[in-house]
Amino acid sequence: MAKKITLSREFLKGLWDENPVLRMLLGLCPALAVTNSGINGLSMGLAVIFTLVMSSAIISLARNIIPKEVRIPTFIIVIATFVTIADKMLAAYFPDISKALGPFVPLIVVNCIILGRQEAFASKNSVGRAVIDALGMSIGFTITLTILGSFRELFGVGTIFAVQIMPDSFEPLMVMVLQPGAFLTLGLMIGIGNWLNARRAK
Amino acid sequence: MEDNKQNVLEEESPKPAAPKPKPVEKLKKDKPKPQIFLLSSSPHMATVDNVPKIMWTVIAALLPAVAFGVYNFGFGVFLTIAASVIAAVATEAVVNKIRNKKITVFDGSAVLTGLLLAMTLPPGFSIAYAALGSIFAIGIGKQIFGGLGYNIFNPALLGRAFLQASFSVKMTTWVAPNTIDAITTATPLGSYKFENVMTPYFDLFMGNIGGCIGETSALFILIGGIFLLIKKYADWRIPVSYLGTVIIIGGLFWIIDPAKYPDPVFHLFSGGLLLGAFFMATDMVTSPVTPKGSWIFGFGAGVVLVVIRLFGGLPEGVMYSILFMNGFVPLINRYTRPKIFGEIKK
Repeated sequence: MAKKITLSREFLKGLWDENPVLRMLLGLCPALAVTNSGINGLSMGLAVIFTLVMSSAIISLARNIIPKEVRIPTFIIVIATFVTIADKMLAAYFPDISKALGPFVPLIVVNCIILGRQEAFASKNSVGRAVIDALGMSIGFTITLTILGSFRELFGVGTIFAVQIMPDSFEPLMVMVLQPGAFLTLGLMIGIGNWLNARRAK
Repeated sequence: MEDNKQNVLEEESPKPAAPKPKPVEKLKKDKPKPQIFLLSSSPHMATVDNVPKIMWTVIAALLPAVAFGVYNFGFGVFLTIAASVIAAVATEAVVNKIRNKKITVFDGSAVLTGLLLAMTLPPGFSIAYAALGSIFAIGIGKQIFGGLGYNIFNPALLGRAFLQASFSVKMTTWVAPNTIDAITTATPLGSYKFENVMTPYFDLFMGNIGGCIGETSALFILIGGIFLLIKKYADWRIPVSYLGTVIIIGGLFWIIDPAKYPDPVFHLFSGGLLLGAFFMATDMVTSPVTPKGSWIFGFGAGVVLVVIRLFGGLPEGVMYSILFMNGFVPLINRYTRPKIFGEIKK
C-alpha cells in the first residue's frame, strides 16, 4: 500500500462509501432473504459481525504462512469454523431467531462479504487494520439489514421490533414481508443511496 | 499502379443508368436544388400517429367495457376507477416534477394505466387501495425505469400484482353483478376450479358474471379490441397467437378428458383473457417489436396461462402470463431481429 489510510477511515468506509450491501452489492442473499423483520435483520448482522471480525483476525495473523495456491480453501475453513460457532450459539441461546434465520446462518460461509474481505483486505494487512476493516464492513452490513428489515416490518406487519407503530386501522401490505418486498425495498435503498451520493458529489 | 487499377475497374463496370428523379413542379420553378431532397431516406409517409393520439384511442376503445362495468356493478366501481386514474395521473405529475422532466400527464398514458388497473380490480375494492395500486404502477412500474417507453413490465399489471400480493383476500372477493347489497360470488373460473360448476356461455359472453370490473363482458371487450386492431394500434398477431394457443392447448386437454378440463370456449370467454389479450399483452412498450417475436410472445403467454389455469393454485393466470412474457421481450427482440439486407449468416 503506497498510502496509509487512517484507521478511522478504514472503519468508516464500510458504513457508507464501501457499504457492502448498498455500494458493493455483496451479501445480497441474506440481505433479501432474512430481512422480513427488524430483529431478524439485526441478528443476521450480529452473526456476520462475529464471523467477519474473528475470521479476519485469524486470516490476518496467518497471512504470511498461508500458501497462495490454497488460500481460498484456507479462508473457507477458517470462516466455516466461526460460522459453525455462531450457528450453534444462536441455536442454543436464541432458538426462535435461529429458526427464523433458517439455513441462512450456515450460508454465511459462502457470503461474498466475508470471503471478499479476506481476499481483498485481511490477507494483505496487519491484524489491527484487518479487525477495524472487518468491524466497519460488518457494522455497515448490520445497519443496512436492520433498516431494511425494519422498513419491511413496518409496512408488512405494522410494527418495528415487534412494537406497534401503525394505527390499528392500518392494513398490512403483505407484499412487503414476502420476497418482492425485499427486492423493492433494497432497490429503493440503493437508489436513494446513489441519489445522495450524486448530490454530495455536486 | 493504384491509379491503373482504379481505371480498369471503372471501365469494366459500366455505370448503372441512374433513374432520373421525377421533376417536381415546385422545385422546377426554384433554382436547381441539391438532389438530396429528392432522395430523402425513409420514412416517406408523414404519419399523424403520436403517443397522445394512440393512448386516447385505446382509452376510447376501453370505454364500452368500462361503461358496462359501471352498469353491472353499480356506481361504486366508478369511484374506484376515478380514484385509480386520478392517483395514476397525480403520481406521474409528481415524479415528472421530481425528475425535472416535462409533465407527461396529457399524453394519456397515465390515464390509460390507471384505467386498465381499475378494470382488473374486483368491484367493491377499497378506493384507497386502488389508488395505492396506481401509485405503485406508475411510480415503480413505469417512472422508475425512465418513464413511458422504458418500462419492462406492463405498469397496470404490475400494480395489480402488487395489490394481489398485498391484499390477497380483498383481491379475490367478488361481488355478484346487478345486486343492491353486495353479494359475494365466485368468478366462473373460480367456481369451475374449486366447485366444478360450469357457467352458461351466454352469461359469459354478455358479462352477467362475477369478476373484475372491466373483464366480465366478452362482447364489449371484443368491440373495443377489434376497433383497436382495425386502427392498427394493437398488433393483431399477439391476440391471435395468445388466444389461439389457449384454444388449441386448452382444447387438447379438453379432448383428453372433458370431465376434468374445461372446453376452449369457456377458456376464451372467462376471466380476464380477452381484456389481457387485446389491451394488455398488446401494450406497445412491453411487447416485442418484430412480427415473429409477437407470435412467440403470444404463444408463450398462452402456454403459461393454460398451465396456471389447469394446474396452478390460482384460478386465473392472465396477469402472470403476460408479466412473465414481458420479462422475455428483450430476449425475444434480440433473437428475432430481422436479417439486414445482404447480411451473411455467421
